[in-house]
Order: sequence, then structure tokens, then C-alpha cells
Amino acid sequence: MEWEVVIGLETHTQLQTKSKIFSGSSIAFGAAPNTQASAVDIALPGVLPVLNKEAVQCAIKFGLAVDAEISPRSVFARKNYFYPDLPKGYQISQYELPVVGKGSLTIHVGASAGNENGYEKTINITRAHLEEDAGKSVHGASEGMSGIDLNRAGTPLLEIVTEPDMRSAAEAVAYAKKLHELVQWIGICDGNMQEGSFRCDVNVSVRKKGAEKLGTRREIKNLNSFRFMQQAIEYETRWQIETLEDGGTIQQATVLFNPDTGETKAMRSKEEANDYRYFPDPDLLPLQITASDIEAIKAVMPELPADMKARFEGEYSLSAYDAAALTASRGIADYFIATTAAFGGDAKIAANWVMGAVAAKLNEEGKDISASPVSPTALASLLKRIADNTISNKIAREVFEAMWAGEGDADHIIDKKGLKQVTDSGAIESIIDEVLAANAAMVEEFKAGKEKAFNALVGQAMKASKGKANPAQVNELLKKKLAS
Amino acid sequence: MINSSLKQLGTLLAEKKISSVELTQQFLDRIDQHNPEINAYIALDKEITLAQAKAADQRIAQGSATALTGIPIAQKDIFVAKGWQTTCGSKMLENFIGPYDAHVIKQFDTAGAVNLGKTNMDEFAMGSSNETSYFGKVQNPWDRSRVPGGSSGGSAAAVAARLCAAATGTDTGGSIRQPASLCGLSGLKPTYGLVSRYGMIAFASSLDQAGPMAKSCEDMALMMNVMTGFDERDSTSLQREKEDYTRDLNKPLAGLRVGLPKEYFAEGLGADVAKVIEEAIAEYRKLGAEIVDISLPNTQLSIPVYYVLAPAEASSNLSRFDGVRYGHRAAQYDDLMDMYCKSRAEGFGAEVKRRILIGTYVLSAGYYDAYYLKAQQIRRLIAQDFEEAFKHCDIILGPTAPSTAFKAGEKADDPVSMYLQDIYTIAVNLAGLPGMSIPAGFTQTVDGKSLPVGLQIIGNYFDEARMLNAGHAYQQVTDWHSRMPEGIA
Repeated sequence: MEWEVVIGLETHTQLQTKSKIFSGSSIAFGAAPNTQASAVDIALPGVLPVLNKEAVQCAIKFGLAVDAEISPRSVFARKNYFYPDLPKGYQISQYELPVVGKGSLTIHVGASAGNENGYEKTINITRAHLEEDAGKSVHGASEGMSGIDLNRAGTPLLEIVTEPDMRSAAEAVAYAKKLHELVQWIGICDGNMQEGSFRCDVNVSVRKKGAEKLGTRREIKNLNSFRFMQQAIEYETRWQIETLEDGGTIQQATVLFNPDTGETKAMRSKEEANDYRYFPDPDLLPLQITASDIEAIKAVMPELPADMKARFEGEYSLSAYDAAALTASRGIADYFIATTAAFGGDAKIAANWVMGAVAAKLNEEGKDISASPVSPTALASLLKRIADNTISNKIAREVFEAMWAGEGDADHIIDKKGLKQVTDSGAIESIIDEVLAANAAMVEEFKAGKEKAFNALVGQAMKASKGKANPAQVNELLKKKLAS
Repeated sequence: MINSSLKQLGTLLAEKKISSVELTQQFLDRIDQHNPEINAYIALDKEITLAQAKAADQRIAQGSATALTGIPIAQKDIFVAKGWQTTCGSKMLENFIGPYDAHVIKQFDTAGAVNLGKTNMDEFAMGSSNETSYFGKVQNPWDRSRVPGGSSGGSAAAVAARLCAAATGTDTGGSIRQPASLCGLSGLKPTYGLVSRYGMIAFASSLDQAGPMAKSCEDMALMMNVMTGFDERDSTSLQREKEDYTRDLNKPLAGLRVGLPKEYFAEGLGADVAKVIEEAIAEYRKLGAEIVDISLPNTQLSIPVYYVLAPAEASSNLSRFDGVRYGHRAAQYDDLMDMYCKSRAEGFGAEVKRRILIGTYVLSAGYYDAYYLKAQQIRRLIAQDFEEAFKHCDIILGPTAPSTAFKAGEKADDPVSMYLQDIYTIAVNLAGLPGMSIPAGFTQTVDGKSLPVGLQIIGNYFDEARMLNAGHAYQQVTDWHSRMPEGIA
């Protein structure tokens, strides 16, 4: 029997605002417990929430980025439940009328069995709404007691909910990664998953292939790594299929993933869950967003990755593959754009270097492009030396390594190491003469019609020049000599 | 002196006929003498009070006094005040000391008024008799066996017994106007959003509004000048230009169209109260007002609507009192759930629990549409009633409460009869309109006591100046408002 897994995601993204969503407290991570908790955050009697406009701007940005409806009027609601880290006894969220409505995000799913080239898929976004985060319970803070840290209470979150559109762990992870990149790209979230700035709840259900009705779902809570997400969904899918094949039924439940065992385990069943008694928060007026508010945000929106990709393909004649790679993250794109601008030459050369040498070094050292020791301008000055024939592409790799190691700028290194390309045809000619004299056998082979021998001779000449001879000139002169 | 208006007191202070310290001490002495019986105050702190009076005297000496500098007023214990015990009439907050100043407190402090103390109130402002206070009943100065009304019963009794020059109150369904009516003073609930709710402990956020309780409309106008104004810390605070509420006090009333809603003179209104109100209306006719018959057809629905919406909001607003961060926490408990249950069971009184239960019920899944949503729809109809009425009149007159002050304990076991106390006041809160009560005469009890009757004046949005004008004109031709109960001189 063939089974199909159906997946939907709810992602909590922490918004990069200066202060909390309903108070003026800072949201910086890692401060001493309760040092970033104001009267409003700890819910003293009589205090009132005031909406942070910056959080609304973040929501509008997101709405524009996923081509969504932005509600002219949305409503904050109270979600009522008791927990020690929830100071008011309710969370201010949005329920019936969220700020962002239906939108979509196109993902690229990587190659897999039966899909050698991968494929594109559009994931529908149901809604995104603003809400406040809760504080943290610190268990065992002192003997037999739990501590409460309210620094995080009131941190602005945008909860992004998808339709149940994903059909594999790979699709879910591709969506999560794409979303993760997008929220950083538009500057609304720092994307730091360790600090909880981006965390996903994944709804998983299975059904027989071809069935229309969705199976009963279980929700995997709070996944803060893509690897865990992949493992958790795979385990959960297997578990559900096995349960059903063994004649069992799935109960709607919230489950947690244990990275140590690789298993998911039910936390509490939804039947016993709280009745949250949502109702519109009378302390906050409905949120009104006008067309001019949206225009103002549009004016400061960065170019979106999809638009930038199309532009790279057109303006720089890059392949779709290259353009996609260069727009995979805002950091890479910015680096490439800055390099190209400073270089002024063929953007394809810049593209090859960014995706080649730079990416390889970053990968090797596990660094983000923002931490690259070679800046775009430094890279551009190296590329200029290739373009003006001061050095060959091959020598440039050596210079680049030295630049990466912090030995100075390109010109300094070329100079110091004497790597300047030999373009004097007299000097090259004498090198060729030496090579021809020393490799008479190869010359014979060439003359006998073996084309490969020519390349070997070029190699010998380059080697004799320690790589400094201009390869084009070597080719040309060698051809001439052999023909004569 | 104790019966002087705020304006007269201001003149005496300005002319240095009396210092604020002396005036304050006089009130403190009166409080010492009468408060043990009347129980109008929950918290007193003579040190802070006299320090404020001293500072006011310096300010007067420097010539930077405002209209209220040096004048001793009482603050309802619903306002958080820095350094003051702030209980909201509840055991839950018995030991809570305010860590900051509510907007209203700050406004009076800035004006240089002196805070005499925090007045008694129904627990979390839930009640119409002040009997739900954890800090004991308050006596009505006109008849000590009767209630002062509520929830601002302490403020009403303090003004009536001249234990302060004026006081603040808050009104969610009639909590300023009904006690003002029962204690023979003037009380005004402003348009929703005129006075910031920041630091005012929330009962029902969409209905709560603070206002003045004083001896006259003129006094209230001066207090309104201090209390109103935009505050960015309250998202429902209205951004409007500052008004001078004294500006129209002396306007003639000729041509004023006064609407009489037939529903306010129907079954349920005491005959003795009706008679007093009719005499007051006759007085308005004499002042040149034109009387118009109007109808507010959804009046009867206002109580059921209110007792869905207000408890719904309250059940959520009072969730923060959980024993975790401040307030009462049970001494013994087994686990977290037990700590919540015991702390709240011990900290809240019966009426508060009743309303939390009602509110939790009406918001529950499966009941929300039938109760909360339906009530919101009727709330809009009630507001439309007034909108229609104000096409035909400038102000609305009627009784504030269906009866005069009742005996303590008389309605304590009958919540519905207690809730009916607010039949004429609640619709005003639901519509967000301003409403006011002024003394209009007395009824006589069988044992020969005089009990005050309040005349309610309802205005259109932001029409407080016109309402104060209408009240002031009446107070120029009557003396009900300046009469004092016996035995408090």
C-alpha cells in the first residue's frame, strides 16, 4: 500500500525590532534574568500595552515578500491560559483577523531519487500574524524552586502558517530554509536558530495515496534545526504509517522530538488542551494599515531574491543556476554585487570567483560570507589584475590564498612574491626554445599528429615560467614555432 | 471651610488666609474623627500627605500654583500610586505597594494637589454598595445604616462627609454616578478615552473610565481640566486638544433641548425618586430648557449585555493576579495548579469569583457566539439608540438610580436586584458616552432620615462642558448640592 505524507508548518520568527512589541524594553539576547522586563512586561496592575509600529512594518515587509494580502484592518486578541512565564495570564496575539493573509513562497527541492535535477514547488501561505513571546521558566534555579525570567516576555513574533502543501521531509526542510533565508533577506529576523529566533512547529499526517481526506495530524513542536526537522518528520511519518498498518489509529497530539533518540513523543493530547477563550483585546484598537503605509514600506523594501535572480540572468547573462546560487542568501548576493561594482569587468568572472574560490574557502572554514577575510573590493582588485593580464587565473588562485591568509592586498602579494605575468614575447620565446630543445620526443609526437602533445608542451612552458608566462602568448608562440 | 468650593479654597490658599498644611491637617483631623466609623479610606499616609501639602505651600509662595495646588483630595484605591498601599479593595493586593504612579495620580501631583489617602471601594470595582470590599463596609453619611453605593463608595462617602475637598472615582457601569446619587454629590463619568486608564487597575477595559466626584459641577470642571488629556501609554486614550471645562459654566440654558427617555420613567423607578426627578425637570423648564420626549428602546438589554461583556473582560484582566510575581500567594500548596487555585480562592472575594466564572463561561468555546458576540452586537444597537436620540436633544435627563440608598445587607444575597441598581447608568458606559449625576433633592425615610436623590445628565460624545453648564445652572438655583448630612460637622 502506498502512503502519502502531508505536512504544514507554523514558524515563529522573532522580529528584529529595537524594543518589545507592547513595551519599550530591549529584546537583546542573553541579558541577566529579568533585567529587560518593565512594568508592562511583568504585568503589574494597571499597566497597558502600546503597539510597536516597527513590528507592524516587519509584518508588512513579510506580506510584500510573499505576495500576500495585507489586511487594512486586523485585530489583536487575547489567548487566555495560566502559566508562570505568561505574566498577564494571556498572550496578546491575532486570531480571527491576522495582519497578513494568503500568500505564497516558491521553493526549490534538491535532487533525489526519481528527481535528478530537483524541482520547484509553490507553497501556499495561509496567514501570518503578530504576537508576543512568553518568558522562560528556569527549572531548578534554586533548590526545589523554579525561576521565571521575563526578559523574553513581550518579544515580537511573526507566526507564519502554511497550507498543508508539503509532501516530504525534503519539501518541508526546503520551505523552512527558504523562509529562513527570506526573513533575513528582508531584514525582519536575525535567523539565529540557537537563540530561538526562528523555530518551527510541523504538522504531520499521512493518508493513502489518492485519498482526498486528510489524516489525523500530530504537531511536532519547537524544532530549531533543519537537521532535526528532517529527522523528526521522517521518524514521525514512519511511526504513523506503522501505527496505521498495525491496525491502530492516530490521535491528534502535540509531540516533541528528542534529538538523542531520534524519536518523537506525544506531549499532551489536544483533547485535553486549554480552551483559550480568545476575544479581541479591549486595550488595543484594531490595527489599521493604509495603502500609503504599504507604499512607504515598498519604497524601502530590498530587491527580493526572485527579482534579483531574474535581473542577474538578464543584466549579467548568468545561467539560471548561477543566478540562483548567487541569490541563495542576502550576504552572498550583496558580496557579489559589491564585487562586480568594484571590479567593473565581466560579471561572469566575479560570479565564478564568488561561487568558486570564495565559497570553497568559506565552506572549508565553516564561515559565513559576512566573515570573509577577503572583502568584495579586495577581491575586485585581484580580478582586475587577471583582466589586465598582470597575472593568470591560476596565479590568481595563489594570490587569493595569500589574501585569505591575511598577507595583504593583491598588488602587494603579486609584487612581493614576484608573480607578475611574463608578457615579454622575447622572454617567452626563449623559454619555449628551451622547452622544445629539452622535449624533442614530444615535438615528434606532435608532428606525427598527436594533438595532446601540444598541451603537454604548453604545460612544460608554463612550468618553466613558474606559471608566470601569459598562457595565451605561450599558446600562440608555441604554435608558430612548431609550424615553422 | 469644609464646605467651601475648590475655587474658594484656591482663593484662601492664594491669599495666604490658610496654608495647605493647615487645610490638609483639618481634613486629616476629620478623617481621624469620622473614618473609624464611616470607613471611607483604606490607606492613609500622613507623612506623604503632609509633605505634599508643604511642597504645595512652597509652590504657592513661589507664585507657580495652579487652580488645585494645595487642595486635599482623595484617590480611589483603584489607582496605583507610588509608595502607597494600592489594594483595589481586595485581599489579593492587601500588601501591594504601588511601584509607579497612575496617569490620574500623576496629573494631580503635577497640578500640586495633595493626596489625602486611598478610598474604599468594592473589590476590583465590582459592586454597587461597597459591600464587596475586603476592607469592610462603608457607611452612607446620610444614614449610617445604609450603603454609600459603589463601586466608588469610599470616595462618595468621603466627599459627602467632607473628609476631603473632592475625590476621584472610576465608572464601569455606574460606579461614579450611582454612589454620587446615593451620597448627594456630583459625579461625572467622561467620554470613554478622555482620561487615561494607565495605572488604573482594570475591571472591564472597554468600559472603565475615571472621573471626578465633588460637591459641585464647578469643582468637577476644575478637576476635569487636570484629569483629561492624551496619554501615549493608553492606546484607547484620545488625541484631542486640551479643553477648559469651566468655559461654558455660566452659559444660559435658554433653548437647550432636554430629552426625557420614556424607558427611564417606567416600571422599576421608585415613586419617591420619580417625584424628585420630575421637580428637577420642572426647574430646567424654568431655566429655559425645551423638553423633548425620546426613546432608548434597548435600555432593558443593557444589564444582560453588560453582565456578559464586563465579566468577560474582567475574567481575563484578573488573570494576572496569580500569586506568581506579586499579590497574595497561598502559604501551603502541593504544585503549580494548587498554588494558582488556592491563591486565587483565598485572594478573591465572592462577587469577584462570580464574575470571573461568568466571564470564563461566556468566552468558552461553544458559548462565545451566543453570549460575547451577541452582546457586542446589542452593544452597537444601544449606542445607536443614543445616536438617534441626540438628533432630537442636546442632553438627556433622568434618574441616576432607581432608588435611594438601601440598607447594608439588604441586597447582599440578591445579585440580580443589586445589578438593577445600574439600569439607568450602564447603557452610557456601553455607548462610551459621558454621564453625570447631580443632587436633585431628598426623599424621607420612615425613621425621618433624608436620603439624597441623583439626577442623571447624559451628554453626547465630548459634550462634558455642556453637561457641566447644565448642571452648574441648576446648582445656581438650587442648594441640594451644598447640604451636608447631620453629625459630621
